[in-house]
Amino acid sequence: MSETVIRTEGLTKVYPGDIRAVNGLDLDVKQGEIFGLLGPNGAGKTTTAGMLTTRVVPTSGRAWVGGVEVSEHPALVKQVIGVVPQSNTLDRSLDVRENLYFHGRFFGMGAKESRREADRLLEVFRLTERATAPVLALSGGMAQRLMVARAIMHRPSILFLDEPTAGLDPQSRLALWEILGDLHRDGQTILLTTHYMEEADQLCARIAIIDHGELLALDTPEALKKSVGADTVVTVSAHGDLEVLSEVLRTKVPGASSARCVENAVVLEVSGGGGVLPIVIATADAAGFTVTDLSIAEPTLETVFINLTGKDLRD
Amino acid sequence: MANATEPTTPISTSSISIAPIATRSASKASWTAFRALLLRDLTVLRKSLKEFIPRTLLQPFMLVFVFAYVFPKIGQGVGGGGAAAAAFSTQLIAGVIGLAVIFQGIQSVALPLVNEIGFTREIEDRVLAPLPVGMVGVEKIANGAINGLIAAVLVFPIAAIVPATPVHLQIKWLELITLAPLSAITAASLGLFFGTKFEPRQVPMLFGVIVLPITFLGAVYYPWSALSGVKAFGVPWLQILTLANPLVYMSEGFRAALTPTPHMSLWAVYPALIGFSLLLGVLGVKGFRKRVLS
Repeated sequence: MSETVIRTEGLTKVYPGDIRAVNGLDLDVKQGEIFGLLGPNGAGKTTTAGMLTTRVVPTSGRAWVGGVEVSEHPALVKQVIGVVPQSNTLDRSLDVRENLYFHGRFFGMGAKESRREADRLLEVFRLTERATAPVLALSGGMAQRLMVARAIMHRPSILFLDEPTAGLDPQSRLALWEILGDLHRDGQTILLTTHYMEEADQLCARIAIIDHGELLALDTPEALKKSVGADTVVTVSAHGDLEVLSEVLRTKVPGASSARCVENAVVLEVSGGGGVLPIVIATADAAGFTVTDLSIAEPTLETVFINLTGKDLRD
Repeated sequence: MANATEPTTPISTSSISIAPIATRSASKASWTAFRALLLRDLTVLRKSLKEFIPRTLLQPFMLVFVFAYVFPKIGQGVGGGGAAAAAFSTQLIAGVIGLAVIFQGIQSVALPLVNEIGFTREIEDRVLAPLPVGMVGVEKIANGAINGLIAAVLVFPIAAIVPATPVHLQIKWLELITLAPLSAITAASLGLFFGTKFEPRQVPMLFGVIVLPITFLGAVYYPWSALSGVKAFGVPWLQILTLANPLVYMSEGFRAALTPTPHMSLWAVYPALIGFSLLLGVLGVKGFRKRVLS
């Protein structure tokens, strides 16, 4: 099950005004995996997904989806992909069931088959009661479920989701994660873009971290976190010059591998960090700093991103 | 309310099976998708007949009612009374049908498209249907043309019955069944062209600055040949200028197909309509591709 279904070689998109949204991206997505593109807003995730789904024309480089070169045969590629875009693109002139029904027809299903499949998916996605409602009457979570149902209706080989849970309430987000997990168990290949590290961590078999259109790291979440080289991350807030404090902590706290200022706090990475908190407070105190807040965590993808870029994902 | 209907237990999708990577031929899939897109548009039309009918009928009705019914009744008949008034009613029927057709190009193609591209982004999903992007634009023309033909059929009885003076009809079927679809395709191509050139906030300008002169100077209320009387320095400038207006050829074409009144030579009408539909169609499809792909 390790056949490659998406491959890109030097995929590049330069928008007018010399805006290099994606720069020489090389990716390899295997059949059946959930692959994540993680990065802050403006990193080039949506442009990458756009190129793979035929809506953005690459400036250079190549991309194959399901064995077909995207720029050469976009109409063929569209047969084998399902797309859940970032914004609500449901057909507002049609009701909930009709959105699914006509999607099936676009993809070559007969009237009877499309109607049956639409009803089945409404059932599966718990939208049967809303079958005849106008799509504008749906809540954000329901609209998102309908978009996922629509995207998988024609049984695509690869499902693309662009920031699928942005703007969803926590409950709807969990519900969507469940859906994606179920699809994954059924063998669906999924490529999703996200700027939520928890989402990438929770769902993805492999994650490509990108920023400014470039691939910074690509591995499993575990391996990425291991690459940090520390097992504990301490975040320290204090009054005073945090640059000085970060230098003090990095040199004085035993096992500290790195320290940097991120958003009015010092982020300290420590290996073998049992009992590190009292040492941090004492060290800061000795250097004349009053600690106002202190937290301790295991390395996350956020830590990985900070290590790679010197900034956090929210920037 | 929204949260109450969110699922609290996991959704099972276990019955969703994934097809292997296998594709139908591009041309077969494209035609199927094209027909399905048209079916979708016609379904939307059927669902919105309650809006389509008044929106299509009211303007022609008011036009015919005021110019060809009220005016003769109050002694303000355009072109004088009696036979002249009857001639005017007969002139007007062709123009009113041309007008109804060209308005469908704007209302059933340009306006929805302006919104779907610039505001709701609904077009993004349509563009993901398994056919070349340009064919999605061509489908818009096909749908607009069907809307235009329906409008023509709806408007015809109004233009024929409402006038206070008798309308002289002389239907030439061959001309009618060729010129009506040709006019409808030209109007829909014009709609696609406008639909890809305007942003939602510019729609008032589309009507105020573009549609208004097209409709007023579209040989709707007079035959194009009569404009030879409008001269400056011996040049019939208005007659020449309005040759750039596709509505002129539609009105004159319907005049030729429906009435015994003088009209522009069909040797000019056919090539002009074919030329306009090709030019606007190509520009429209190109504009469409440019707008939906980046």
